[in-house]
Amino acid sequence: MPHSAPGGVIGWVNALGRAVLDGVAAVGRVGHFAARGVAAAVTPPWYPRQILGQFMAVGFLSLPVVGLTAWFTGAALALNIYSGGDRFNAETVMPQIVALGITRELGPVLAALMLAGRVASAMASEIGAMRATEQVDAMFTLSTEPRRYLIAPRLIAATVSLPLLTLLADLIGVAGGMQVSKLLIDLPYSIYITNTVDFITRWDVESGLIKSAVFGFIIGLMGCYHGDTAKGGARGVGRATTSAMVSSAVLILAADYLISSIFARL
Amino acid sequence: MATPKLEWRGVSKRFGANKVLDGLDLSVAEGRSLALLGRSGQGKSVTIKVALGLMVPEAGSVLLDGVDVTHQRERERRASFAGIGMLFQGAALFDSLPVWENVGFRLINADGVPRAEARARAIEALGLVRLAPEVADLYPSELSGGMQKRVGLARAIAGQPSLLFFDEPTTGLDPITAGAINELIRDKVTSLGCTAVSITHDLHSARTIADDVAMLDAGRIVWQGSASELDHADHPLVRAFVTGNPAGVE
Repeated sequence: MPHSAPGGVIGWVNALGRAVLDGVAAVGRVGHFAARGVAAAVTPPWYPRQILGQFMAVGFLSLPVVGLTAWFTGAALALNIYSGGDRFNAETVMPQIVALGITRELGPVLAALMLAGRVASAMASEIGAMRATEQVDAMFTLSTEPRRYLIAPRLIAATVSLPLLTLLADLIGVAGGMQVSKLLIDLPYSIYITNTVDFITRWDVESGLIKSAVFGFIIGLMGCYHGDTAKGGARGVGRATTSAMVSSAVLILAADYLISSIFARL
Repeated sequence: MATPKLEWRGVSKRFGANKVLDGLDLSVAEGRSLALLGRSGQGKSVTIKVALGLMVPEAGSVLLDGVDVTHQRERERRASFAGIGMLFQGAALFDSLPVWENVGFRLINADGVPRAEARARAIEALGLVRLAPEVADLYPSELSGGMQKRVGLARAIAGQPSLLFFDEPTTGLDPITAGAINELIRDKVTSLGCTAVSITHDLHSARTIADDVAMLDAGRIVWQGSASELDHADHPLVRAFVTGNPAGVE
């Protein structure tokens, strides 16, 4: 009796099994890539010019987009507290709610999502194009380990830059809320600042910065991994760019929930 | 018998079900220039990539100066491969770096040579491939295909290598530029006293740059001889290459 492709429940179980195995294999590949990237980042030789260049590309050049996002977020948050929070007199604690929302959640997450769009995709396309044109192979033949020259500087820059950007986003976001408060309820800047500083704790800021370091690593890792594994010329590089951005965004939100739930138990 | 400069010993490599190298045995003596001929998809590029450590074979080994380099760790490999230069088919220049940094890449990043000295040595290497010092500050995208190949050659020879690889050095170039590149390769290989391995489809190129020729087919060497024997070889595949007539070849 001739064999035929399994259908129905068996076919569905087969497909599910394959998907699970593919998923486990992908996690293993990313984990292996991450471990090798971290090992390259913490052991010599280092390439200081490459690291500085990446700080420039990842950190400094992201300042405008992160700053604008933070200002509008702080301002919109204050506006929502004013228009929706008056049902339970929340507008009286507007500075406190804005500060808490920005430092613990919105600052780190939105800065990370902005960086995922700007940086992870750029990393993937650059490294992917270098793979496609044999530049990565050429580097290897020139006695320079691409992992150390290309991957490690990007991981370092993304992991260190994002907390710094987040700190700035915190300040700008609070400033956005402050300006809206002045406009809507004529709350003086000095009172807004005093209320914010008196309310906010060191941990509120630190927890956001810890999160953003993890998010920065995720962005660097996804950008480099998808670029390094890009196949199939220009189309493959395009796919890698999209995958880097999408996977970064999803992992950032998943990690945000995970870290927040760990912090909530502390 | 002298130890070959480079030797593939029983090397096998497959991609899925496709066996590209099938127990490849090949060696290159010190100071000789070997051209590897073969139809497309027969494993020529894989042969070089395995030798360079860019791919790891499933079986067999690659010996450099008699030392097995197939599974070396990073530090050992860096030491073993310090004397190797490679000219890629598309030149593979780093498009984010100016020409002089491309040429001096190994000097700066692997040998720790100060940038000013690396620049001077890069300009010197550019002179060896007949490129003016003004080219040093241009970016690869500002160069013609022939100039990019010359820069790639300058990069390959900048570290005073003892072993050079050339992957299709004249592909995509006009006959005059291709002739100039061939002569440069021959000249540099001779003047540096290097061992060279070239992949090419171009018989004129093979005759110019090689002392010896090997024909790769289905992952094995099916014919090997000196460049002067090429025109009189009786192997059907070599005959087909020389005459351009595929009759008698599967």
